[in-house]
Amino acid sequence: MATLRRRAVPYLLISPTVVLIAAFLVYPIGSVAYYSLQNRNLTRPWADGFAGLDNFRRMLFEDELFWQSLAFTAKWVVTEIGLQLLLGLVLALIVNESFIGRGLARSLVFSPWAVSGVLTTGIWILLYTPQTGVLRFLGQPETAVLGNLDTVFPAVVVAELWRGVPFFAILLLAGLQGIPGELYEAAAVDGAGRIRRFRHVTLPHLRDAIVLATLLRSVWEFNNVDLLYTLTGGGPAQVTTTLPLYVAQRAVDSKDFGYGSALTMAGFVILLFFSILYLRLSRFGEER
Amino acid sequence: MSTGVMARPRGAHATASGSRRRQGRDRGRVLRLYVPLGLYLLFTVVPFYWMLVFALRPSGSTTPVPWPITFEHFTTVWNDIGYAMFFRNSVIVGVWSLLATTVLAVMGGYALSRFRFRGRSLFMVVLLCTQFIPGAMLLIPLFSIFKSLGLINSLGSLILADTVFNLPLSIILMSGFITAVPYSVEEAAMVDGCTRLRAFLAVVLPQLRPGLIAVGSFAFIHTWNNFLFALMFVSRQDSFTIPVGLSYTIGEYSADFGALAAGGVVAAVPVVCVFAVIQRYLVHGISAGAVKG
Repeated sequence: MATLRRRAVPYLLISPTVVLIAAFLVYPIGSVAYYSLQNRNLTRPWADGFAGLDNFRRMLFEDELFWQSLAFTAKWVVTEIGLQLLLGLVLALIVNESFIGRGLARSLVFSPWAVSGVLTTGIWILLYTPQTGVLRFLGQPETAVLGNLDTVFPAVVVAELWRGVPFFAILLLAGLQGIPGELYEAAAVDGAGRIRRFRHVTLPHLRDAIVLATLLRSVWEFNNVDLLYTLTGGGPAQVTTTLPLYVAQRAVDSKDFGYGSALTMAGFVILLFFSILYLRLSRFGEER
Repeated sequence: MSTGVMARPRGAHATASGSRRRQGRDRGRVLRLYVPLGLYLLFTVVPFYWMLVFALRPSGSTTPVPWPITFEHFTTVWNDIGYAMFFRNSVIVGVWSLLATTVLAVMGGYALSRFRFRGRSLFMVVLLCTQFIPGAMLLIPLFSIFKSLGLINSLGSLILADTVFNLPLSIILMSGFITAVPYSVEEAAMVDGCTRLRAFLAVVLPQLRPGLIAVGSFAFIHTWNNFLFALMFVSRQDSFTIPVGLSYTIGEYSADFGALAAGGVVAAVPVVCVFAVIQRYLVHGISAGAVKG
């Protein structure tokens, strides 16, 4: 009896989590798969019913916005992750050095991490609006950067960088602190300069942290809707609409759940495919 | 022999030009360290500062320094737009989600860290996989679930949904923190006649403080900032949370930059304060728990 009770302990401990995950993550995914084969629109309940692959046919062959949003999603994720990795790495290396005021500097440069997407929007609207913004001081008066097809992409990229770089820096700083100091000393004794020490000691040790950070952040940027939803609403002319933003707009605005579910399924498949591909290519966690 | 001869002139050379080299090193340090750090600090701080300027100076003023200071925008957003209510709702959702997440994370983390049970690795894999599930794409089915549970327009839906999305990473983090507390201490307490629960509460929990702080504040910040769930599941204005209220301000008060900025300050203050406290636990916690896997 006692052993039975002891064996049950871990299951009892995880049971609430298992129930919650099953009810609010696993079941919804199953129901998305189900809805994607249905006509289901909250504004037109009389037309609900089995649709077969109709939603998918419509998505692949009739919906230009689907393909357009997919292309923008790729551009968005690649640009953001590339720049965030670069800046985050530089930032982590800097705040890993010892200097006076390091604690304060860390708190300041990491702080946008804690800020929500909507708040980021609020702040950058103030910065970008022609009458009020800081661009006036840079000699660019009276341009609405968010309404202009040429400038809207760099504008949203910079706003998201402001919030996104700190996370990279935090993860990479954690990785940097795990590198034993003796390795640098040994490398310095061997006559390795700063750049060679970085290439042969720092980078190999950061590998797993970099792979993990880029993967987590890519998924996150892919899914990140708040900023674009509130800053540009996917515009102008839908050029900043990502696939999840498109789904969210469908869900919130037009309540077309059947078609939205088909789009969601497409998003899942794409995310799964690229995550597995990325983990394979990067040989994450393998002994070297 | 020959190395000894070679070493001496080199050493002499080094002392002769020592001060000049140190000077060069200082300049290198400024270029390598302080210049990029200063630039990045500007990039980080100027947007915050700009928000403060708009929040604190009177409407129509265009000075880059908020002087004279006015709090009229704060009274507007707090009393007229309803931020007092949004703030209260956000605190309720944030605190409940924090409590639920932390308790469940301690339970799950303890199971993962202290027991080798069947299904343990499956549980781990499921937790990791959930990191790939986009909340934005589950809006539709979650809406249906909450509708059938009668939780639409109730803060309960937000507490539930945010807790579920906080949990997986929190459990993984927490199990890292619990593993760092040696089991032998706990075992000794149990040998002395404590039950497992007593041993945990008396011996492990006090040492878990950094973990509790890290996981709890992570959950709070995440919940405080969540926008889409609140937008989707709550449509009555008296149940708005801060991010929804803020997006409403952006939409409805687009010309009133003072109100927008003051709302932003109200939204930022709690999370930035929490963040300032936990920042060092955060880096430590990630190196202790998550990266190790």
